[in-house]
Amino acid sequence: MGGRKGRHQVVGTPRRKVDAVSKVTGRTLFADDIALPRMLYGRLLRSTTPHARILRVDTSKARALDGVHAVLTGADFPVPFGILPVSQDEHALCPDRVRFIGDPVAAVAAVSEDVATTALDLIEVTYEPLEPIGTPEQALDTEEPRIHEYGPSGNIHKLIDLEFGDVEDALATADHVREDLFFYGGNTHLAMEQHAAVADWSADGKLTLWSSTQTPHYVHRALARVLELAPSRIRVIATPNGGGFGGKSDPFSHEIVAAKLAMLTGRPVKITLTREEVFYCHRGRHPTLMWVKSGVDRTGRIKGMHFRTLLDGGAYGSYGVASAYYTGALQTVTYQVERYRFQGARVFTNKPPCGPKRGHGTPQPRFALEVHLDKIAEDLDLDPAELRLAHLQPPESLTANYLRIGSMGLGACIRKVVDGAGWKERFRKLPYGRGIGIACSSYLSGAGLPIYWNHMPHSGVQLKLDRGGGITVFCGSTDIGQGSDSILAYIVAEVLGVAVADIAVVTADTALTPVDLGSYSSRVTLMSGNAALQAAERAREILVRHAAAKLDVPAERVGLADGQVFDVENPDVGMTFAEAVQAAEAAEGTIGTVGSYTPPRSPGRYRGAGVGPSPAYSYSAAIAEVEVDPTSGIVVVPRIWIAHDVGTSINPVNVLGQVEGSVYMGLGEALMEEMVYRENRNLVHKIPSMLDYKSPTTLDMCDVVTYLIEDPDPEGPFGAKEVGQGPLLPVPPAIANAVYDAVGVRIDEVPITPEKVLKAIKDCDKGRDGRFGPMRFPDVPWPEPTRVPPPWEGGDGRAAESGAVGAGGVRSSSVSAPPVPAPEERQH
Amino acid sequence: MASRRPDHPATAQIRLDLNGEQTTVAFAPHKTLLEVLREDLGLTGTKHGCELGECGTCTVLLDGRPVLSCLVLGVACDGAEVRTVEGMADGPRLHPLQETFADLGAAQCGYCTPGFLLASKALLAANARPSRDEIKEALAGNLCRCTGYLKIYEAVELAAAKMRGDEAEPSEETLYGRP
Amino acid sequence: MLRLPPFTYLQPKSLRQALRMKADAGPDGAYIAGGTDLLPNMKRRHQEPKVLVSLSGIRALGRITGGTGGSALSVGAGVTLTALHTHRRTRKRYGALARAAELVSSPLLRNMGTFGGNLCLDTRCNYYNQTYEWRKAIDFCMKKDGVICWVAPSSPRCWAVSSSDTAPVAVALGAEFVLVGPETERVLPAAEFFNDDGIRYLTKHPDEILTEVRLPPANGWDATYWKLRRRGTIDFPVLGVAVWVRWDNGLVADARIALGGVASYPKLVPEAAAVVVGTELEDDAIREAAAAAYRPAKPMDNTDFGLAWRKEMVRNYVTGALEELKARRGSGTTKRDV
Repeated sequence: MGGRKGRHQVVGTPRRKVDAVSKVTGRTLFADDIALPRMLYGRLLRSTTPHARILRVDTSKARALDGVHAVLTGADFPVPFGILPVSQDEHALCPDRVRFIGDPVAAVAAVSEDVATTALDLIEVTYEPLEPIGTPEQALDTEEPRIHEYGPSGNIHKLIDLEFGDVEDALATADHVREDLFFYGGNTHLAMEQHAAVADWSADGKLTLWSSTQTPHYVHRALARVLELAPSRIRVIATPNGGGFGGKSDPFSHEIVAAKLAMLTGRPVKITLTREEVFYCHRGRHPTLMWVKSGVDRTGRIKGMHFRTLLDGGAYGSYGVASAYYTGALQTVTYQVERYRFQGARVFTNKPPCGPKRGHGTPQPRFALEVHLDKIAEDLDLDPAELRLAHLQPPESLTANYLRIGSMGLGACIRKVVDGAGWKERFRKLPYGRGIGIACSSYLSGAGLPIYWNHMPHSGVQLKLDRGGGITVFCGSTDIGQGSDSILAYIVAEVLGVAVADIAVVTADTALTPVDLGSYSSRVTLMSGNAALQAAERAREILVRHAAAKLDVPAERVGLADGQVFDVENPDVGMTFAEAVQAAEAAEGTIGTVGSYTPPRSPGRYRGAGVGPSPAYSYSAAIAEVEVDPTSGIVVVPRIWIAHDVGTSINPVNVLGQVEGSVYMGLGEALMEEMVYRENRNLVHKIPSMLDYKSPTTLDMCDVVTYLIEDPDPEGPFGAKEVGQGPLLPVPPAIANAVYDAVGVRIDEVPITPEKVLKAIKDCDKGRDGRFGPMRFPDVPWPEPTRVPPPWEGGDGRAAESGAVGAGGVRSSSVSAPPVPAPEERQH
Repeated sequence: MASRRPDHPATAQIRLDLNGEQTTVAFAPHKTLLEVLREDLGLTGTKHGCELGECGTCTVLLDGRPVLSCLVLGVACDGAEVRTVEGMADGPRLHPLQETFADLGAAQCGYCTPGFLLASKALLAANARPSRDEIKEALAGNLCRCTGYLKIYEAVELAAAKMRGDEAEPSEETLYGRP
Repeated sequence: MLRLPPFTYLQPKSLRQALRMKADAGPDGAYIAGGTDLLPNMKRRHQEPKVLVSLSGIRALGRITGGTGGSALSVGAGVTLTALHTHRRTRKRYGALARAAELVSSPLLRNMGTFGGNLCLDTRCNYYNQTYEWRKAIDFCMKKDGVICWVAPSSPRCWAVSSSDTAPVAVALGAEFVLVGPETERVLPAAEFFNDDGIRYLTKHPDEILTEVRLPPANGWDATYWKLRRRGTIDFPVLGVAVWVRWDNGLVADARIALGGVASYPKLVPEAAAVVVGTELEDDAIREAAAAAYRPAKPMDNTDFGLAWRKEMVRNYVTGALEELKARRGSGTTKRDV
C-alpha cells in the first residue's frame, strides 16, 4: 500500500496491524482456544430468581457425580470485590443474597462441560424471595428491602449535585428557555467472543490466569484481594479480546472462580461463558432518564444549563459511580456553557449490572443535549449547524466545570459534514419521509484519574534492544481489536527509524509487562503511546550518543531512519541500527529503557472533579440521512457522514475502522438494540441471545462517509487523540434529528423503534403533540449542591464554602462576560 | 443419573477431507462439527459466538458450502470435505482474502474473521465479480461488532479483483477517508 | 458453550429404513434433516430425543421435478432452502415460494435447512425459545416442562407462533403435502397440515415423514410473499403475508391470503380474500381486504416488536402484497422472477 509522504516514516501511513496475519489465519489464541493438559471445565450455577435470600445450597449430589472434582459456593468467597474502591459489593459466588437472575450462586469443576452442566442440575438452592425492584422509579420509592446496605438511602446508590455558577439566575435572564425530557434505553456490548478464563495453579503456590479481559491489572488486584494471595504470586495474562467495548472491564466471577477451582483441584480449569451468561455479566449502557433545561440568547448561546440524570444501575455498583458522573461531565466541552448545573442519581434494581459501554455514560446525555439543541435551533429559527458553529468551546480553554480543552477540531468537523452531505441544500427541504439531521460530540482520550487512588503512572513501557537489531516492546496494555499492540510498534519504529516488522510486542501480562491500567476510556493510544514514545526517545538518545562517538560526529547530527543510524549531513557516513545497538551495548551493557505516562493534573479541585478530565478530547460531527415510512414508522438510514478530529492518525486505515465501527454501534443503539426484561415474569432477561438481541447485520448497516480531521494535540503521541468511542456518540441524536426533519415527529427516546415513530406520527396527524418520549422525571432527594464558581466568575476550581455561594457580585458581573478563559487560566 | 458420564458414551469415528488432508477423528457422537474441530482436532481457528446458529462466527465450508458448524453434527460429516480458516493459505502464501482483510483492517478483534473469510471464499468461488449488494447478501449471516462491515466489503472487493488478475489497489478513500 | 445432550445417530438410506428406525425408537426418536431447528432446540432442552434418524441420506427427498408447461412442481422435502430459491424453474414460475425460501434466516442457515424442515418448524415463543435455566426462572411454560402459557396465563392452550416463511406460501398456493408413514401414504392439502395449537402445531403423526410438496401448475395465477422482521436477515418473520390470486379477464377470479407469524398456524383469511374476488384490485378493494385481514390477525406478546404494531402491520403488508400483484398484472406478466 502506498503511503502519503509526510513528516513521518511510519506514523500516518496505512499499514497492517502487527497481529493482522495471525488473526486472518486463525492463529490468534483467544481465551477459550487455550487447552492445557489435564484441564478441567468449570461452570457457574446462576440464580433463577431476581431477589432472594439464599437459605440453603445443597451440593451433595453434585459432589457425588462421577467426573466432578470440586464444587464451590458463596461460603468459599468471604471477601467481596468490585472495580471501584467505593463499590466493593460483589462476591465471586453469592454468599447469602441473590440480586438478579443470573447472579452466580455455585460452581463446579468437572472433566467436561457436559459433566459440569449435569452437576449444576444436581445442586439444590433454596431461596426466600424478596420483593424484586424492576424500575428506577420503584427503586426510589422502595426504602426496604434494600438491594445493598450502602448508598445514601433506600435503593439509591449515588447522588450527585454540582453547580457551576447560578443557573437559576441564568435561566431567569435568558432570551429563551427550553426544557426537555429524554430517555436512552440500556443496551449491551455483545462482543462476538464470550468471556472465558483459564486458571492454572502450580504446587509452588503460583497462580496464572488467562482471561479475555480489558483490564488485567484490575483483575490482578481483584484476584489478590479475594483469594488472599500475594500479588507477586499471581500472573494475569489478558488474551486478545474478541471484542470488548467495555464489557470485559470489570473483574468477573468466572475469573475468580476458575482460579479458586484450580487452586483446589491442582489442575488447570477453564470457564467459558455461554452467550446467555454474557448477557448476565452485562456492565453495559445504563438506561438513563434525563431532564434538561437551558437558557439561551437569541443566537443560541447557552447562558445556563441544568441537567438531571437518573441511571438504572442494575444489581451492583460496577463502574456506576463513574458512569453517573460521566452523564454530567462532558456537556460543557463542545459548545460554550456559561453556567452549568448537574444532578445525577444512580439506583439499584434487580437486573444485570450496568457499567461502561463504548462512550461510558456520555452517549445518553449527548443524545439528550444534541436533540435539545436541535429543538432550540428550531425555536430560534436558526440553522442547527450554524448554531453549533457559532458557540464552539474554544481550543486551549477551560470549561465551566474545569475541564481543560486542548486542541479542538469540532468546527472543522462540522464544516466537513455540512459540505459533504449537502446540508444547506437539503435540510428542511427534502420531501416528506426523507430527512437529515446533525449532531456532534466529544470524548476523552483517557480518564485523567485511575480507578484507585495512587500517584503512579497510568501506563508503562519497557524496551529491550537486541544486538541483532530487534526491539521488544513490553507494555501492560491489552489489544481488544482496536489495535493497541500495533500502536506501540508504530511509535517505537517511528522514533528509532526501524521497520515495524523488526519490533516484537509483548503486552498484557502482569508478570512480564509494566502496568497499563487497561483498555478503557479510550486511553491506550494516548497513554501507552506516550509511554512508548518516552521509552523510545530514551533508547534513541543512548544509540545516538554511542553512534556519534563511533562516527565522530556531533550527537545532534545523528539521524535514525530506514534501519540506519547516520550523519544527517552526510548520510553515507553511518551504520546499521544493529551496529548502533552493538556499539551501545559494548559501552554500557544490556540496552533497555523504560517510559511512562501520567496525565496532567486537572484544574478541578471539587469533589467529583475526578470524572471528566482527560489529557485531550476528540471531537466528532455527524449528519444522518433517513427514510421514514410514515405508514409503518420504519426508519431506514441509508448513509451517515461523519468527521472525526483524531489529532493525528497514527494508522489512518485503522482509524477509519474505529470510526466506522463506532457508527455501526451507534446505529444499532439508535434503531434496535435494547436490553429488555420481563417485569411481569421475575425480571427475567427477555432476549438473551444473538437472535433476539438485535445487532445490525450487513443488510442493516448504512453507508458511511468518513472524514478524518487532523489537528495534532500537544498531549498526544505525535498529536494523536482517541477514536474508538467518540464517533459513536453523535449517531443516535443525528438520526433522531433526521427523523424529525423527515416526518416532523420528535422521538426523544432511544432506540427509535417503528412503534414509537408510528405512534408519534399518528398523534401528530390527530393534531396532538408529535412526540414520543418520557413524560416526567421522578422526585429524587437531591443533596445540597456543591457550588463551584466557573473560571470566568472568579472560581479557582474549588467548591465555594457551603452557604456562601453564588455571591451577588459574581452573578452580576458574569452574565454578559464570555466564558473565554483569561490567558493566565489557559496556562493551568 | 448420578453416575451418568454424558460425554463418554461410545465414540464415533469419521473420515474427513480436512483442508485437503485425509483425516480420521474419533469423538463423542453428540458433538457438533464445531466442537470436533476445536476440541478433537485442535483447530481452534473456528470460533463460536452464540452456539445456536444465530451469528455465523463458526462458519466453515462443508463440501464447498458455508455452513454453521455449531449446527452440524460431527457424525453427519463422514466422507465430507471440510475447509476451515487454517486451510485457506497456500502453504506460506496467504489467500488473497487473507491479504486484503489484513491490509484494510477488515479484521479488528479477529474473532468473527474466520467465518467472514470462509463465507467470502465461497462467494468468490461462485461469483468472481460480486457487486456490493451481492457481498452484503452473501455475508448476511455473519455478525461483526467491530468493523461495521465496510472494511470487510472493501477487502472482499479488492481480493476479488486480485483473484481475477486485475491490477487493483485500495482507493485513497479506503485508506485515508474522504478528503 | 451450550452443548447437545447425548443421542444415538442413525443414517438410513431409504424411506422404508427411516420409518422402521423411527418406529423402533418409539417416542424417544426424532427425525432430523437440516438440523437448524432441532439442534438449537435440543441444546436448550426443548426436545430431548435419544435417537436421531437422519433423513439427509435419502436421495429421493432431495429432488425437484416437474413445473414445466402445465405440470405441477414437485419439491422434495429434503431440498435445502438455498437449492429451492436458486432453482431456476421455481424462481421463474413459483416466485413467491422462491422469495419466501430466500427470506428464511441467513444464507448460511439456508445452506443447511430444508424446505420440509421449514414447513415443520417448531412454533416459537420468547417464553419458550430459551435455555433450560432461563425457563426455570419463569417456572417453565405449558409447551415444555410447565403448565401455564405465560403469553395468556388464563388460556388452556399454548400460543406459540408459527414462524415459517414457506408455510403461508404453501397454504396460499394450495400446495399438497405427501406424508409417508410406516403403513400409509397420504396426500394432504397444505392448510390441513397445520393445527391451531402451539404444541400440536402439525397434524402429521410423529412417525410420518413429509416427503414431498406438490405445487399446482403455474398458469393463470400469481402470488407473492411479504415478510416483516426487525433486521434484513437472520430474523424469523413477525409477520408473513402470502397472497395468491387467479386472474380471469382482468378480474380476480379467486384469491387466497395466508398470514404467518400471527397465530400458531399459517392463517388463511378467507374474509379478506373474498373481498378482492371480482375486482381489478382497485384501491378500495385492497383497502377493504387489508382491513378484513387485519381483524382476525391476533399476534400475541411473544415475538419481537409490540403486538399492537404487528397487528397494524397486517394492514400494510396485505396492502403492499396486493398492490404488487396489481402492478404486475398491469405490466402484462403474471410470473415474476424474484
